[in-house]
This record gives sequence, C-alpha cells and structure tokens, in this order.
Amino acid sequence: MNKVHNNRAWWLILPMLLLVAFSAVIPLMTVVNYSVQDVFDANTRFFTGTEWFKEMLNDPALQAAVLRQFAFSLTILAIEVPLGIGVALIMPKKGWQASAALILVTMPLLIPWNVVGSIWQIFTRGDIGLMGWSLRELGYGYNITSNPVDAWVTIILMDVWHWTSLIALLCYSGLRSIPDAYYQAARIDRASKWAVFRYIQLPKLTNVLVIGVLLRFMHSFMIYAEPFVLTGGGPGSSTTFLSQSLTTMAIGQQDLGPSAAFSLIYFLIILLVTWVFYTAIMNMQKDNNKGA
Amino acid sequence: MSASSLPKTPEEVRQRAAVADNRRRRKARSAPRQWRRRGLMAAYIVFVLLPVYWLLNMSFQSNSEILGGLTLWPEDFTVEHYAKILTNSSWYMGYINSITYVLMNMLISIVVALPAAYAFSRYQFIGDKHLFFWLLTNLMAPPAVFLLPYFQLYYTVGLFDTHVAVALAHCLFNIPLAVWILEGFMSGVPKEIDETAFIDGYSFPRFFVKIFIPMISSGIGVTLFFLFMFSWVELLLASTLTSTGAQPIASVMTQTKGASGIDWGTLAAAGALTILPGIVVVYFVRNHIAKGFALGRT
Repeated sequence: MNKVHNNRAWWLILPMLLLVAFSAVIPLMTVVNYSVQDVFDANTRFFTGTEWFKEMLNDPALQAAVLRQFAFSLTILAIEVPLGIGVALIMPKKGWQASAALILVTMPLLIPWNVVGSIWQIFTRGDIGLMGWSLRELGYGYNITSNPVDAWVTIILMDVWHWTSLIALLCYSGLRSIPDAYYQAARIDRASKWAVFRYIQLPKLTNVLVIGVLLRFMHSFMIYAEPFVLTGGGPGSSTTFLSQSLTTMAIGQQDLGPSAAFSLIYFLIILLVTWVFYTAIMNMQKDNNKGA
Repeated sequence: MSASSLPKTPEEVRQRAAVADNRRRRKARSAPRQWRRRGLMAAYIVFVLLPVYWLLNMSFQSNSEILGGLTLWPEDFTVEHYAKILTNSSWYMGYINSITYVLMNMLISIVVALPAAYAFSRYQFIGDKHLFFWLLTNLMAPPAVFLLPYFQLYYTVGLFDTHVAVALAHCLFNIPLAVWILEGFMSGVPKEIDETAFIDGYSFPRFFVKIFIPMISSGIGVTLFFLFMFSWVELLLASTLTSTGAQPIASVMTQTKGASGIDWGTLAAAGALTILPGIVVVYFVRNHIAKGFALGRT
C-alpha cells in the first residue's frame, strides 16, 4: 500500500508513545543509571563507569548461563518448528473437529506460566506424578532434583508441550490462506505429497514461520516461571537460565550495579537477534510487494 | 443452471473438471492414510491433555489419597479443594484481582493502540520505521530486567500494590503487541474506504468510530484475545508489584506450601481454575484465532 506522507500522524501515536515511554523509558534509564554506579544507600553512591560491565562479562557463572540459554533456545526451536508444522498439516480443517482441535491446541498457551510449572511438577514427581511414577515403574531411576539430564529433558518437554501450539497455529493460518487452485494444479501435474509440501505449502509458510521463530526465540530467552517452579534452577545451577540469574542477583542479593549491567547486556543480546529477524521480515515484505 | 446443461465457457469446463476431480480424489484417497492422520492428531491431543488431566485428577482427590498411592482416577471423589478456594476470600480474591488488572490492561492497551496502529498503517512520517522497531524491542524486553526499576517507580508514585500498577506494567509488552496485530488487520482494509468517507464529509474521529472500527471488529476481537492471553499468563511483574491488596492468583498459590509440606489438592484445584477463563475466551474467538496468530498478515 502506498502511504501518504503526513507528519501529523504523530498526534495519533502520541498517547501510545507517552504510555509506553512511562513503562519502558523511565525504568530503562533507571537501569542505565544503576549500571554505572556503586550504590551503598540512598545518599552514598560512586560513579564506576564500565566496571560492572567488565565484571559481568568476565563472570564465569553468567557466561555459563548465557551458553545454557542459547543451548536451550536452539534446542526448543529445533524441536518445536518441525513438530508445529507437522501438527498444522494434520489438523482437521472443517466441522466441529476443527473447532475442537483449535481450542485444545490453544489451551496450553492460555495457562499462566507458573501454573504450567506446577502442572509439570505434579506430572513428573516420582511419588504422585503419572510420568515420573511410570518411568520409575519401567525401571528408570527418573529424578529431576538430582539428575541434570532428567531435569533438562523435562524442561524441554515442558516447553514443547507449552509452545508447539503457537507454531502450529501460525502455520495452520498460513496453510488456510493457500487457494484451492494451487492444489488442483498440483494434482493435474501429479505432484507427490512431498512436492506439494516443498513447493506450495512451505513457501507460503515462510512468512508466518519467521514471526513464529521470532516470538519463540524471545519468549524462550525470557523463560523464568516454568523452570523456577519445576526445578528451581537445579540440580546445582544446571537449569538456571538468564532471567533467573538476574532475578536472584537483583532481588535476592540486591546487587544493584552488577545486576543492572547484566540487565543491559541481556537486553542487548535479545535486541541484536531481534534486529536480524526484523530486517529479514521487512526484506521479505518488500519482496512480496514487488512480486504482487 | 441445471446440472445436465452443457458447459458454455472454458472457465465452466475447468470448474466442473475440478469438482469431478475432487469427488474422485475423495473416493480414491486410501482409508488407511486418513486414519493415520487422525491417529497422529489424536496422539498430539493426548500429549497436550495428559498433564492437564493429571492436574484435574489431583484436584478431585483428597490429600490422603494423593499421598497414599498413585490412582489413575479419583476413587474418593471430592470437591473439598474447590470449595475451599471458592469460600475463602484470600483465595478467590486472587482470581478477582487477576481479572481486574487484565481487563484494565486490555482497555488501556486497545484505546491507545487503535489510533497508533492506524497511523502506522496509513501514513508515512518522520521516524516511523525506527519508532516501530523501538516498539518491538519493548515486546522483547525481559520482564526480569524491569523488575527492580518498576518496583521503585511504582513505589515512588504511590501505585504499588494497586491493580493500576500491574495494568500499566503489562502495557510494556501489550501495547506493542496490539499495535503490531492491529496494523496487520488495518493494512488489509483498502485505503479507498478512508478516502471515500473523507470526501463524503466525515470528520476523522467520526469516520474512525463509525466506519473503520466496525470494519476491523474481528481484528479487534483477536487483539483483545491476545492482550488477555499475555496479561493473564504473565506473573513475574504482577506478583512483584503487589503485596496483599491486588495480589494475583499466582502469588496466592504459593500459600499452599505449608509447614506440613505442599497442599497438592488445593494447588491442583487452583491451577485448574486458572485454565478456565482462557478456555472461555478462546471459545469466542475460535474462528478468527488462526488469522490472529499470523498477526493479521496472511
């Protein structure tokens, strides 16, 4: 669509801008302020410059948390994206089954995040949980409080349970927008199922998939409540992700300076990745407009 | 046109061929493949439902049955946990508080996001692209980063432990989300409609409320659904910004950790009740939800 150049559009943006600025810019400036100071109490503080940033970047515990975070985010993306596409392909398209499937598939997305943790805590406990108990009955010494591998697998399974629906729903909506004529053409050409998927469905899905991967990446990068409730970050610190390290530092230990510096580094990582995605989306829309 | 009449145009021939082709395909499609598809779908649904079933199972068992041994369904069926939650004000106020701030947030977000999304979808102006990206970055901001500053900010302005504080805090990610989704839906409305209305002498506010908003009503419905969803599931900010007056249900749930261990039955019942509002809401938007998840862009 050709847009009219009109700077008065700013007036339409203004109320939103003020509100978001109040809840984003002021707090962010507070964080920046803390990150360059050493605060002892309300009246005693020293300017420290980049010292906290250096300290944070060299902190092995945080480096480990960053690596863990990336490992986690990439693992769940690698599982959820193909699985989500698969679910979208087999979801019923008509009738009451379609409505029922939509509601059931959406359900995990609407459960408060700490309740998701609680659900899986109840589900996986060795004494009262169906999954934990079954695995033990089968002879596997499943224990998420002492075995890091079990804890990891469980957290990934929980995330797959929780968020595959998002990818599935995105792809489902992408698939529904493919005109029937495309499939008829493919049938006339006697195209195989794989060819239909590869050359008709997948290209149509790239747009929604970028949005899906973007949303999944950022949410997985902020994951807090689910592992906190399920494993508390343990055993040891094997499932302590970035948000939890940060919260422990800021609220638990009240280390304002270091945690503020850490916040900014954390935010910048997300920003960088987001920017890459955003540019990709914008370029894709440009290509689409050219094609249309 | 009767079915026996001969096709008159090439277009009609093609259409009929397609219909016949479809009919043949449906008959020829092997039954096993259909069943395999259904089986896989059923398997996924079971995977989704199993943990939730277990939660419900727990919530209808007495605590002695829960701890006494694993039972696949409640043998000693009881609603005592639900009764406890629904009669104790410290419990049910948690739900009322959560719903209150969610509704406030939905109202604030949609009111400021509508004009903003319109501006983004219709006009070019200085800094529009940068502004849009900045908005998206707020969607990406980890709540943990803002925890401490929010606490101090709302404490200073005297909003700590009120519903407004949580509603405003959730605006951080909900307004950008609303702008993003609405912009997608609005861009699907042809610009000629705006132009015609203005030529007919509509003022901007009247056009916007009388013509434009009804045209994107399904988009607004879907946006409200997403606002509900993200405000309802977010709990880190909500529980940090409140203590007793506006405590969300999530922080109330930590009460179940008593001296004698966790009260599993009540925890399960409280969890089951948090799923309910979501299912009610999703039922209303089920026909538009797929489009909404693609942010109105398919």
